Order: sequence, then C-alpha cells, then structure tokens
Amino acid sequence: MSSLTALAVDVPGLAALDARAWSAEVRAALARGERLVTLYGRPAEGGEAAVTAVLQAPQGGLGVLRATLPPEQGWHTLSREFPAAQCFEREVHEQLGVRVADHPWLKPVRYEGANLRKMKDYPFYKLEGKEVHEVAVGPVHAGVIEPGAFRFMCLGETVHHLEIQLGYQHRGVEGLLLKGDPRSLTPLVETVAGDTSIAHAWAYCAALEALAGCAVPEDAEASRAFALELERVAMHLAGLAGLAADIGFQQGASTYGRLRTTAINTSMRLCGSRFGRGWLRPGGSRAAMDGELAKLVGANLALLAGDIAVINRAFLGAWTVRDRFAGVGTVSRRAALELGLVGPSARASGVALDQRAFGAGVYAALPVPTSVQDSGDCWARAVLRIEEIAVSLKWLTDALERTRTFKPERAALGALAPNRLSVAVCEGWRGEVVHCLETDARGGLLHYKVQDPSLRNWFGLAFAVRENEISDFPICNKSFDLSYCGNDL
Amino acid sequence: MTPAFLLAHLSVLLAAPILLVGVVNRTKAVWAGRRGVPLLQAAYDLRRLMGKRTVYSSVSTLFVPAAPAVALATALVSGLLVPLVGPRAPLSFPFDFVLFAYVWGLGRMALMLGALDTGSSFEGMGASREATYSALIEPALFVAAGTLAAAAGRGDFAGLLRFRPEDASTALVWGGCAVALFVNLQVESARIPVDDPATHLELTMIHEVMVLDHGGPDLAAIQYAAAVKMTVGAALLAALLDPVGPSAAPLAAAAARLALILAVGVAVGTVESLIARLKLRAVPEYAFLALVAAFVALLASTVRPGGLE
Repeated sequence: MSSLTALAVDVPGLAALDARAWSAEVRAALARGERLVTLYGRPAEGGEAAVTAVLQAPQGGLGVLRATLPPEQGWHTLSREFPAAQCFEREVHEQLGVRVADHPWLKPVRYEGANLRKMKDYPFYKLEGKEVHEVAVGPVHAGVIEPGAFRFMCLGETVHHLEIQLGYQHRGVEGLLLKGDPRSLTPLVETVAGDTSIAHAWAYCAALEALAGCAVPEDAEASRAFALELERVAMHLAGLAGLAADIGFQQGASTYGRLRTTAINTSMRLCGSRFGRGWLRPGGSRAAMDGELAKLVGANLALLAGDIAVINRAFLGAWTVRDRFAGVGTVSRRAALELGLVGPSARASGVALDQRAFGAGVYAALPVPTSVQDSGDCWARAVLRIEEIAVSLKWLTDALERTRTFKPERAALGALAPNRLSVAVCEGWRGEVVHCLETDARGGLLHYKVQDPSLRNWFGLAFAVRENEISDFPICNKSFDLSYCGNDL
Repeated sequence: MTPAFLLAHLSVLLAAPILLVGVVNRTKAVWAGRRGVPLLQAAYDLRRLMGKRTVYSSVSTLFVPAAPAVALATALVSGLLVPLVGPRAPLSFPFDFVLFAYVWGLGRMALMLGALDTGSSFEGMGASREATYSALIEPALFVAAGTLAAAAGRGDFAGLLRFRPEDASTALVWGGCAVALFVNLQVESARIPVDDPATHLELTMIHEVMVLDHGGPDLAAIQYAAAVKMTVGAALLAALLDPVGPSAAPLAAAAARLALILAVGVAVGTVESLIARLKLRAVPEYAFLALVAAFVALLASTVRPGGLE
C-alpha cells in the first residue's frame, strides 16, 4: 500500500457529467468542506476538453469529478465563491482555451506556447494618484535565483498591491513527460523543481505504481519516506539560512547554511546525489545503506540535532530577529483557507493540513505529528520550519532505529492498466506535490498533470505583502520560499 | 605642523580605510567561523574596478558622473578636519565641525542627486531613505560636538575630542557623546543595524541601492569614499576614547590611535555579527538614540561647576 494520499479510478467508470452538473457537484463538495486538490484539463476527442477536479475530504480521502465539455461552452467560474480555484481555472483557460465565464482575472499562469510573445506587453494593474509610485523588480534578480517579475504599487514605502508575473522558466515539462516511456520518467520528474526532487519523484512513482498495480516492498517505502524527511530538513535549513541572511543575522545565515551541507551530504552517501536524485525509482528505491553507513547517518542526525538546537537558541532568542519578523507579511487563517494555501505556508496560518497526517503506509507505523503556528506572519513561518526540522529529525532517528539497512530493490512493473486515472499527493517540504497520470485505451500515457505547491502559494505571497513595507518584501518572499520553475513547468 | 605629521596623517587617511574594511569583514568572518577574505581585499576590489570601463545610461545627465567625484573629494576633505595620528588635525579652526558636517552633507547630496538622476525607482527609494535618516542623525552630531566643545572649552574638532572625564557628570558627557558618535558611525557608514552592506536585496538597501548604476572607476571612487568616511567616523570615536595623552611620543601616539581606529572596526563588525538589521521603520528610532545620548551629555555638561558658558 502506498504511503501517499493516492487514488486510482477507471475513467469509463466515472460518472459522465456535463459542464453544468460537474460544476454543481464541485460546488457542492467544496461547500461540504472538501478541499480542491487540483483542477485541470486535457484535450478530448472531437475538440472537446476533459476537465478533472480532484477533491479531498477532511479525513483525507480523495475523489474525482470529470466532465467532458466543449471549450467554447466552459463553465461559470468557481473562483468568486471559492478563490482557491482561481489559479486552476486560469491554467485550464490558458492551456485549452476553455471559457470560464465571469472569472475575475484570467491572467495566464505561465504564458505557454504561442502566449509567450504576449508576455512582454502584459499590462500590469495600475494605481493612479499623486503619491503612488511603481517599482518593478525582476524578471532578472540580483541574487543567483530564478527569474520572475514583481510589480509593486506603492504609496511611499507601503505596498498597496503586488502583481507577480511568472512563466520565464517554462520548459514544457508536461509535454516532455508524454514523450518518453512512462515507466522511466524519474530523471525528468526529479528536475521539475530541483529542490523538491524527492517529493516529485515519489508522487510520480506512487501514481505510476497505482496504474501498474505494483506493490512496492515495505523497505523501499520506508527508504522513500526517509529520503523525503531528509530533503525537508535540508531545505528548511536552507530556507532559515536565507531568512537569516535577508535580515542580516549573520550567525543564523552561516550556521544554518553550514548544517544544510551535513543534511545533503547524508543524502549523497545514501543515493549518490546531494539532492536525492536517483534515490527513488518506480517499483522501489535505489538507495543502499548497510550497518556501517547507518552508524554514519545516525551520527549525522545526532550532529544536526545538537548543532541546530544551539543555533535555534541564538535565532529565537535574538530580539532583533523576532522584531524583524513578527507582524510582517501576515496571512490570516481565513485568508489561507480561502486562497487554498498548502504546506508550511498554510500551517503557519493555523491550517493543520499535512498529507502525512492521513497515516497511510509508513506513516501509520511511524506517524509524523503536524506542526502548526497561528500568527501567520514571517515569524510563524520561520518558527514552523524550525519545528518541522525538529520533528523530521526525530522521525528520521526513530526510523533509523527500526530499519538499519536499505537494499536497492525494485518490484517488477507490469503493463499500465488502460483507461485509468491515478492521482498521488506527496507532502514535500514546500507543500503538497500532486501528480495525475491518465492512460489511454492501449495502456499508453494519455495525459500527465504535474502540480507543484508553488502554483497555489504564489498568490499567498502577493496577498501577504499588501499594506506592508516594500523593504519587507524580501523576507516575506523568503518566508514562503516558492519555486519559480515549479510554477512555470 | 611638521611635514612628517602631514605625511603621516595623509598616509593613514589614504591607507587605513582599506585596512578598516578588512578588519570589519575579518571580524564578521571570525564570528561566523569562517577564515574570511584577505585583509586587503578592498584594495584588490578597487584595482579590479579601476581596470573596468564606466558605462553611463543614455537618460542620465552630469549628476551621475559627478556623484563619485564629489563623494570622494568630500570624504577626503573631511579626513583633513579630524585627528588621525595624534592630538591634532591638519586643518583646524574654531567650529570646524560645522564645516565637517556640511562637507559630509555635500557628499551625501551628490550621491542622492546621482541616484535620482538615473530615474530608477529603486535608487529613488534609496535616496529618499538616505535623506530621511541623515536628517535624523545630523542633529546628533551637532549636539554631541557642541556639547564637547562647551565642556572642553575648545571649538575645533581636534581640541574638543581631547575632552576627558574627571568625575561622574563629565563621565556622562563623555559617554553620551561616545554613544552618539558610534551610532553616527553606523548610520553614516551604512552598517547593521541600520543598513546591510552585504545584502543583495535592492528593496531593503539604503546606501548600496543609490550606487547600483555606477560601475568601474566610478564605483571604485564611491566604495573608497565610503571606506574613507567610515574611517573618519571611527577616528572621531577613537580620538574621544584615546587614553594616550597629548604629551606622548608622536610615534607611540600615532600607533595607539591607529590601533584604536581598527578596534572601533572590530566593534562595528561584532555588532554586525550578533544582531539582525532593524526594520526600516525602526531606523529613525535608532538614529534618535544618538540624539538622546547627545542630549543626555548636554544636560550632564550643565551640572559641571560653572555649567554651560
């Protein structure tokens, strides 16, 4: 059994809904308190579009609603009642030209294909007035980071509105994924967002294994979960180092940064890559650990726990740090829920959403407690990361006690079942990574939908900086720590 | 004024900035557990920049090339008004600190105009911040210098910085002014907690953002001017704290003063290593701290027998 939140259904078995019935059912589910995990479309026969909504019940169960509709008919927007749907509706509109009536803002998500040329002339929102000024940041930034354009509408030093323009990293990932053998896509999937290699690889593997009806050995599942937590520790450390650097808190910047190296070097010892590439493969895992190596991994974990505790005391205890973060970039719980934020960005606003908490597979044997912070500001997002590092290190240490060896082992992967749709959701360090695979009548891959948590969380950032100082934008940005390429695909 | 003194003063004024930047950076590196860049890295950077070509935006006017020249000239002139290698300064006359403050002000204005001239929204914000914070810190320098002048009975910078405490109230005068001069140094030299010289985040910068459009020898001039300004700021504090009396051997006095200037650099680097930068909104309060310290010194100076004259 997969440890991820996953679902596989026969497409012909799904209720055949028209646009009206489909959107009514989605609305009803959302009104019942279900959560929109993703909503995407693909071209269907006869120039129609097949749109799929994946919903999650509060207890974690997934459900799928599928409609086939003519693009020019489309549906009446969900975003006005459920703003969390806004990015999905924009994406479907952009990819398939499906009409989404009355959508407040059908701005392209990433300017795919022929849209690319329109990017330069995009008219940003404008604010008129005597004391209003506009600040354009990017798309090329001063640091060695990915490109993205930020347009601030300011009144003096206060940001009234921020518009984020992405798409500069678009590589046509979803198209590329359909070109290769669907069973050997891991190297590509691992680079969808290079800092979330494990989470993307695991979501892909789980979705593919569900299509192939393949049972993954228990040890391999444990090894995957180990990889995921190691990635979380490393990236949270990198994020904290970045946050500390952005406020000029040198101790934090240097120490958290140094400790990240220990975490990623541990990954390298286990799978040969500091970023966990090559660790996961469909059917199993390639990581090898014997008793000797387990000792070293254990020692690294102990080193991390010890040193992190020391720097945490300095970081959390410095009043200048707290003063810098507290009350900056606040997202209320209500806003986080409405915007459909996921991952740490949601948990820092008091939304206890964590796919690992649904307790499947390895997480049933060794649960991960969900960390939550309430204040929703940059301080909450920093403290949450500190807590999650501690939780993950504890989990890794416990897991290492249960399993001292990882063998590279892979269950045989059979043919993919025809006309089947599978969805897998993996709680990466940045939030839930969603992969949806659908096969055609001959068992070939018909459609591949990749969703990085960044897609939804970018809007949270734009929302968080409103009425904040423009000089606080960099720490807000770093506290969300979103991926550009994860959004741009 | 002997030629030897002038030569010593000028060589310290020209060379100490490189070393001081190195000392601050080395201090930060040691606190971070790193080995750090070479002590003379600033000199290598300047040489590298001097080998480059300057590029000017087609929409900018004369203010952009003028800014570095004025900044460097004013920084160097201000260095002639303060004692660097002993009790005296090469240029000294009653109330020369007024000239000193406005020489700094002129350099600052040149940089701000150069920044505004580029038409960049970043640089405009930087110039506006610089104007605000310098307007807040300048009174602190005047109150501190005026208090010391009154307390020491000397109107020239070199003379008023020779003021030394004798009892509790004069200690308060002396200490208050030292605090004011230290905060003044941090604000004027764009150091943490006011500004972060190491940041790459344009939106948070004050000083660094104003010079984004300068390159090559122009940038070298601005960076060198900033280092000179920091040295002069540190020298003011060092002169006030120097335990070596005016009657000491010139060579020993000069060595002690130089060591003290570098020690101020260690203090700046240590503060920078141990605390985070303030919110931009809180910077005025920090600059206000200097003014409060200077006013405390002013009040304390009135309780001396005889009080203010």
